[in-house]
Amino acid sequence: MRKHPEGCMIPSPMTLTEKVLARASGKTHVQPGDNVWVNVDVLMTHDVCGPGTIGVFKREFGKDAKVWDRNRVVIIPDHYIFTADSMSNRNVDILRDFVREQELPYFYDVIDDPSGHWKFDASQGQLSKQYGSRYTGVCHTTLPWKGHTRPGEVLFGTDSHTCMAGAFNQFATGIGNTDAGFILGTGKLLIKVPESMRFYLEGNLPPGVMAKDVILHVIGEIGFDGATYRAMQWEGPGVHGMSMDDRMTIANMAIEAGGKNGIFPCDQKTLDYVRERVEENGTKSAFEPAEIDREQSFIYDKVFDLSKLEPTVACHPDPGNRKTAKELEHVTLDRAYIGSCTGGKTSDFLAFAEVVRGKTVKIDTFGVPATTKVVQELKDTLWGDQSVWQVLESAGVRLTENASCAACLGGPVDTFGRLNKPMKCISATNRNFPGRMGNKDSEVYLASPYTVAASALTGHITDPRTFIS
Amino acid sequence: MAHTVTSPVYVVQDNIDTDQIIPAQYLTLVPTIPDEYDKLGSYALIGLPDALYPTRFVEEGQFKSPYKIVIGGRNFGCGSSREHAPIALGAAGVEAVVADSFARIFFRNCVATGECYPYDSPVRLCDVLKTGDIATLDFDHDTLTANGVTYSLKPLGEVRPVIEAGGIFNFARQSGMIPS
Repeated sequence: MRKHPEGCMIPSPMTLTEKVLARASGKTHVQPGDNVWVNVDVLMTHDVCGPGTIGVFKREFGKDAKVWDRNRVVIIPDHYIFTADSMSNRNVDILRDFVREQELPYFYDVIDDPSGHWKFDASQGQLSKQYGSRYTGVCHTTLPWKGHTRPGEVLFGTDSHTCMAGAFNQFATGIGNTDAGFILGTGKLLIKVPESMRFYLEGNLPPGVMAKDVILHVIGEIGFDGATYRAMQWEGPGVHGMSMDDRMTIANMAIEAGGKNGIFPCDQKTLDYVRERVEENGTKSAFEPAEIDREQSFIYDKVFDLSKLEPTVACHPDPGNRKTAKELEHVTLDRAYIGSCTGGKTSDFLAFAEVVRGKTVKIDTFGVPATTKVVQELKDTLWGDQSVWQVLESAGVRLTENASCAACLGGPVDTFGRLNKPMKCISATNRNFPGRMGNKDSEVYLASPYTVAASALTGHITDPRTFIS
Repeated sequence: MAHTVTSPVYVVQDNIDTDQIIPAQYLTLVPTIPDEYDKLGSYALIGLPDALYPTRFVEEGQFKSPYKIVIGGRNFGCGSSREHAPIALGAAGVEAVVADSFARIFFRNCVATGECYPYDSPVRLCDVLKTGDIATLDFDHDTLTANGVTYSLKPLGEVRPVIEAGGIFNFARQSGMIPS
């Protein structure tokens, strides 16, 4: 608190992250370095970390224990679903058993039978859908779609890209199984308030440049660990010009600079998006956004002019290894990939399709929509007499209806699009440490959907402005 | 418990991410199932590129590593939030990782699980030591001694008793924070 000239006490300014954490911990004010117990609004887990989280919960709270609040637990199988690997299939069954036992309402299962067993049928191939009516796909893209992201809230997930939900003006971060098991039992977690860095965006993105280029540029600027233990707060007129999809792309990759979370202001776009989805899904509709204070304290504060940015690539072997696409035209490629939470949204596929429409890809190109809704939207969107799905297929893209994380993180060897031998791949995903997409001697180049599409057409890294007027 | 550990060290460089510590294909193993916990140990650091790391951390067919101390560079444990990473190291017998710096979630997962001690080193040890050098880590004095030189490490502070207890749940029970 500090003293107002007229004598009354006014609260000291806080950053967006500090505000959300103060409220969640029942305090009027917090500052970086404070350790606070926060009340958790939503806990998300999936098939890779869910079984271990459930194991911790049962070991520590007893086999008959109940979760702290069944309406605040969201379980989304999405990682290793369309694989014949029996352990992976078993892990989805572990989730289903737990959901049934705990009577959890938010479980986006791959099959419809609540007592059934999941088994992927490899004989049907990888392309045509093998899921029931409730399956959604990638967790981080599902959360907003199904009305689980709300401004001002605290979201934890057993996945490092949980920070994507920061696009919705909430504190969202990834945790391990043990912390998640603790939350399942108590609804609380002890966390340290991070220092905040501000990225103030001005201007508009030029043609051919996307939100992905913004975050790749910024990570290149601050380095692969430049935001370690910190919050990345995005502000400025450039932010308000961006769609929610764009903001998600940027927030998603806070972790690639080591960030604890990324967070955006709440504006009319946020409110419209969130209200529509909570209403559609009947999820909790009350929320209180965190507003921007004047005179916040940042450990880093920098203005970025969006109009100056160029198509950007993060080269093997880390997301901070930045070059412009133009500088890399000599790099020949074996494969192109579009998909994942970061790069598999409808808007990403539309951008990709814009570039490849009427042309043919020169290298193996794989497309994995993030969610089943993206699949539907690509089939429902008509460009002339073709759907966007058909536009992509006609260009030679191998598209699957089986929305999931797929080859973004390698996964079991039969995962669609996985790099099973050393090769060079340009990808719209978010991480490129050695072995990330499968073979550990592969090289992955991260880029925007435009750049991935342009490169797929030429077989080498290509500035998409060659194809976009 | 013993307050020192003496062991050959295994030396890695910057940005050893969770995929190099435990590649995603092995995440089908559930750490709370004992057999699968042991298997995670057998795959610890198997994602390191062979060209850069010709010496295997865990020999083929073994579950335990001869290296109880891992020396890393900057940003050790970056990437995914998978708790399988510190667990794989712990299951392989690692007592401590000594690095220039740690990624946030990995550090926290080390503490929460009590699987291994994450020590920050002010001196960049990965440039000084090589795999196979014998080192003694002294937890009481927060030092690492190797090749006749003693290096001061950043004290673990309140993190140490949590790891010593075997993770946050055990610590909370022992200290009366939650009922036992």
